[in-house]
Amino acid sequence: MHEVIQYISSYLTSDKTPGAAGNMFWAFVYIMLVFLGLSVAVIAMNWLERKILAHMQVRLGPMRVGPHGLLQPIADAIKLLLKEDIMPAEADGFVFWMAPLIVVLAAFTVFVVVPFGPTHAVTDMNIGILFMLGVSSLSVLGIVMAGWASNSHYPLIGALRSSAQMVSYEVAMGLAVVSAILMTSLNASGTGTLSMIGIVQAQLAQGEWFIFKFFPLGLIAFFIFAVAMVAETNRAPFDLAEAESELTAGFHTEYSGFRWSLFFLAEYSAMIAVSSIAVTLWLGGWLRPFPNWLSGETWNQIFNLFPGVTFLFFAAICFYNTVRMPKHPLFRIQTLGLAGFGVVLGLIGLILFYPPVSGRMQDVFWFSAKVAGFMYMYIWYRGTFPRYRFDQLMQMGWKVLLPMGLGVLILTAGVALLQEYLKQIWHL
Amino acid sequence: MVIGGILVITRKNAVHSALALIVALLAQASLYLMLYAPFVAGVQIILYAGGIMVLFLFVIMLVSIERSMKERQFNSQWVVGTIAAVALGGLFIAVYAKGKNTFPEHALSVVEDTNTQEVAKLLYGQYMFAFEIASLLLLVAIIGAVVMAKKRI
Amino acid sequence: MESMLHITTLHYLVLGAALFLLGVIGVLTRRNVVIVLMSIELILNAVNLNLVAFSRMWGGLHGQVFAIFVITDAAAEAAVGLGILIAFFRNKETVNIDEVNLLKW
Repeated sequence: MHEVIQYISSYLTSDKTPGAAGNMFWAFVYIMLVFLGLSVAVIAMNWLERKILAHMQVRLGPMRVGPHGLLQPIADAIKLLLKEDIMPAEADGFVFWMAPLIVVLAAFTVFVVVPFGPTHAVTDMNIGILFMLGVSSLSVLGIVMAGWASNSHYPLIGALRSSAQMVSYEVAMGLAVVSAILMTSLNASGTGTLSMIGIVQAQLAQGEWFIFKFFPLGLIAFFIFAVAMVAETNRAPFDLAEAESELTAGFHTEYSGFRWSLFFLAEYSAMIAVSSIAVTLWLGGWLRPFPNWLSGETWNQIFNLFPGVTFLFFAAICFYNTVRMPKHPLFRIQTLGLAGFGVVLGLIGLILFYPPVSGRMQDVFWFSAKVAGFMYMYIWYRGTFPRYRFDQLMQMGWKVLLPMGLGVLILTAGVALLQEYLKQIWHL
Repeated sequence: MVIGGILVITRKNAVHSALALIVALLAQASLYLMLYAPFVAGVQIILYAGGIMVLFLFVIMLVSIERSMKERQFNSQWVVGTIAAVALGGLFIAVYAKGKNTFPEHALSVVEDTNTQEVAKLLYGQYMFAFEIASLLLLVAIIGAVVMAKKRI
Repeated sequence: MESMLHITTLHYLVLGAALFLLGVIGVLTRRNVVIVLMSIELILNAVNLNLVAFSRMWGGLHGQVFAIFVITDAAAEAAVGLGILIAFFRNKETVNIDEVNLLKW
């Protein structure tokens, strides 16, 4: 028992990711943690999407299933699991079965390199960002296969449109990513890096998040990536291929029950994956706000309080709503449930005040908070913008975002060269 | 990977062949990782598996293969083709059996965590001209493919 | 672990040769033009494997750079080849390689 504790604590204070340290057990633990976190995040996203969209449309959203609809995603999951699994008669069985598998695999494998902290990634590949872009482009294959295997018109057209859109916006995404990677090479040794952890450390070393660097070039690159990532994941306002009023449901029309929920899971995971690319590249990854400017012990301690305070704030909201619940005997279970949820959140908040835990979870908290901000933006876009027509979509991808991306890349390279040249002149 | 390759050339259904080729390409990417070439592996996944195979799948769907699935699989010169391939295989076996001892016993181990930077130094330094020519080639290929596939020029 | 086979360069070369052979068989014997083009991609992959294996053997990275160029060229050639295929299919309504005989005397 003592050796086990020693093993655990010797790992927790090391400064390498499990992949770099070659430690398979901890890599497995991290993979399980990421998988669990992702599942919880997808469930939470489902609930949040319906509630936030509803509140934006001045209605209430799901209120009946659990207290304030908190058990709604679980009810949805149970319903989807119990539905009949239909396969069209003339469909190609093997391809029909493989398509959701490929999309889910591609969406989940991306999280191997996502950095939640300086040592909190499953592994830190030398080609981190390249790997993420490549594996997320494998999901296009799954969509094409899904559309073809259903052997009916609407899924085929939906799949072709959807994959054409994804491939077009991958180009714009790639250009924006390259211009951010360029900024990592402005350090003393003159070489940049493609590894995700290295990119965040470059932002720490250069003292500013890349979104603010070479203003407004970083901002434009971030904007291009933000638009392209929404189009890449087939979300509103670019969701022509899967919108219900347009093509019955696009490429996943013929899928029912558990297979459909796999597509749905993969879509949310892909959203979280591209948001984490955006957070790592432009918004400073796991760094707290102002890591270099407001540094020092007191500021560190103030920022250390943020995770605990956030969870206590959520717990306070839960308790406030508990008090506001209707005082009817039939609502007793729901009131108790909500109060229990509030207690759990409060306990998590209190645990996060404990210094060793807080020090370790600090990075994960800031990263998750930024990704949560992006998720809110996704839901906001869905509630606000009207849908793009397909030819407008393709036109914007090729005629607007691609030239903008090229321009930002060339300008960033030019300004970076200028900065290096001026530094050489002044420091000689 | 060999199984993927065999499936590519033997499946009647072109979509199954394309899927087998995707499997072979992904296996190839993992072989590159074993050979300490992570950048080439990443490029392989993005370009080949994520780009070229999507192109192939699109074209397979556009070109309707209903009729071709009911026809015979192998073309009319398959006898000559097989004999030529067997001859080539024999040549390979002869060459490798003779030259088995010219390779060193243990391979050198190349440092891996600066692979991208080293490849970039070579690509933009020594092979700059080839890089520019390759980009020109891609431009020509794009224009050619668009012209070829248009309905009216 | 001591009796495990060391994977030397020769193993990679033999694998590359096997893939090359499979690709050649595919090109020479299949009837569907799309599958012929896919077999050409197999051949190019086999060549790439050889290049990268030799790059590891000699320690320099020239093989890897050349492999990147080969992948780029394969993309260009696949695009043009499929364009030709689509243009041909529009004329003749078939993807049978035996019927590509307009220049036959």
